[in-house]
Amino acid sequence: MNLDFSQIVPYIPFILKGIGATLQFVSVSIIIGLFLGIILALFKIMKKPILRWFADAYTSIFRGTPLILQLWIIYFAVPQLSGYDISAFLSAVLAFGLNSAAYVSEIIRAGILAVDKGQTEAAEALGVPYKSMMANIILPQAIKNILPALMNEFITLTKESALVATIGYLDLMRRAQIVGADLYRNFEPLLIAGVIYWVMVFVLTKIGRMLERRLRKSD
Amino acid sequence: MIKTTELTKVFGENTVLKNISTTIKPGEVVAVIGPSGSGKSTFLRCLNLLEEPSAGDIEIDGKVITTPKVNKLEVRKNIGMVFQHFHLFPHMTVLDNVTYAPIKVKKFSKEAAEEMGKELLAKVGLSDKVEAYPNRLSGGQKQRVAIARALAMDPEVMLFDEPTSALDPEMVKEVLDVMKDLAQTGMTMVVVTHEMNFAKEVADRILFLDNGVLMEEGEPSTFFAKPKTQRAKDFLDKVL
Repeated sequence: MNLDFSQIVPYIPFILKGIGATLQFVSVSIIIGLFLGIILALFKIMKKPILRWFADAYTSIFRGTPLILQLWIIYFAVPQLSGYDISAFLSAVLAFGLNSAAYVSEIIRAGILAVDKGQTEAAEALGVPYKSMMANIILPQAIKNILPALMNEFITLTKESALVATIGYLDLMRRAQIVGADLYRNFEPLLIAGVIYWVMVFVLTKIGRMLERRLRKSD
Repeated sequence: MIKTTELTKVFGENTVLKNISTTIKPGEVVAVIGPSGSGKSTFLRCLNLLEEPSAGDIEIDGKVITTPKVNKLEVRKNIGMVFQHFHLFPHMTVLDNVTYAPIKVKKFSKEAAEEMGKELLAKVGLSDKVEAYPNRLSGGQKQRVAIARALAMDPEVMLFDEPTSALDPEMVKEVLDVMKDLAQTGMTMVVVTHEMNFAKEVADRILFLDNGVLMEEGEPSTFFAKPKTQRAKDFLDKVL
């Protein structure tokens, strides 16, 4: 066994800074994914074939190709076409947000379809406009049912976020890698990064449970 | 006043309503009865456009609502509906169920809506359940909330789609009593029902549907005593 944590101590603040970097882009990605996902899900259940087609094609593309490929296309290939020098943060947020939207839209679509059709009819019979019906009647019930699946998606996204290390974004993973290269010791920094990822997911899980409990107060 | 002219509804190959023409006068209580699958519910659901009629016209207070350019939401504002399975909003309290549409659709202030909501809930005997969630209520209580919810929009007509069919027998009366009270206030009501006693006692007129056809209509006393058609006789023999 050749473990020595003493050398890594000076580097710990450097690694910890990665938490902020990771959380920052993960939370923005989740918001983008959720927002776009809801819109795509609504497209999928609409009567307009063109919107349904668009949302299905979108989902097919983003689910059908590797996330790392999408990330690289946005970061490395888009500048080649447009000449716009995109930042690592923006690339990461776009790739993860757009990718997550594809998964989220499927989860939400399933959630909406699982809400009793009578709810729609009751709202319609009261003269409630479509937007209000979706926002106040259907989506709250759908979200309640799909919360575990959504949390799952957010957890996956949090962990997959380590992929941004490949485009040089200074997240937790990248920092652990840098420290490892500096010290010629990889186990210790990676172990620390691993523990931090686990804690983040643990907290996320707890938040999810809390939300679930709150949403179940009407049961 | 509701007037249907040759109202027809087709689902795929099935014609579930065939040329129904009838008039429902203001303040009238009309019971729609007939064997299951006869098109009663479809007829009712056409009246507030939950089902789109395939042919024929529906006129409400002189306005034809079966034109493509009609604003369905406007039509429905004046027509309350009560469903067999209640369809209360499970994530809202009883009071929020009642006040939601007035606030959202009629732009009532929250205070005004809640005051009215509590009044309506008192009328249906549920003052003590204002803050409860629907899942905590019995079927009869749920249906009374659903009636209060529909009344909160101050409709001119109330449609009831088998309002007691999903209830345990001991809860049927509490819902029928609320409906009787409502009928006495002069509310125009169209009630699809299997409760023959209710139809006899409360309705001003019976519509008997069979196989999508309006076979008979008339006052309950004559209809129940001397049905004109063989289909109605057979039906009454089975249910009475």
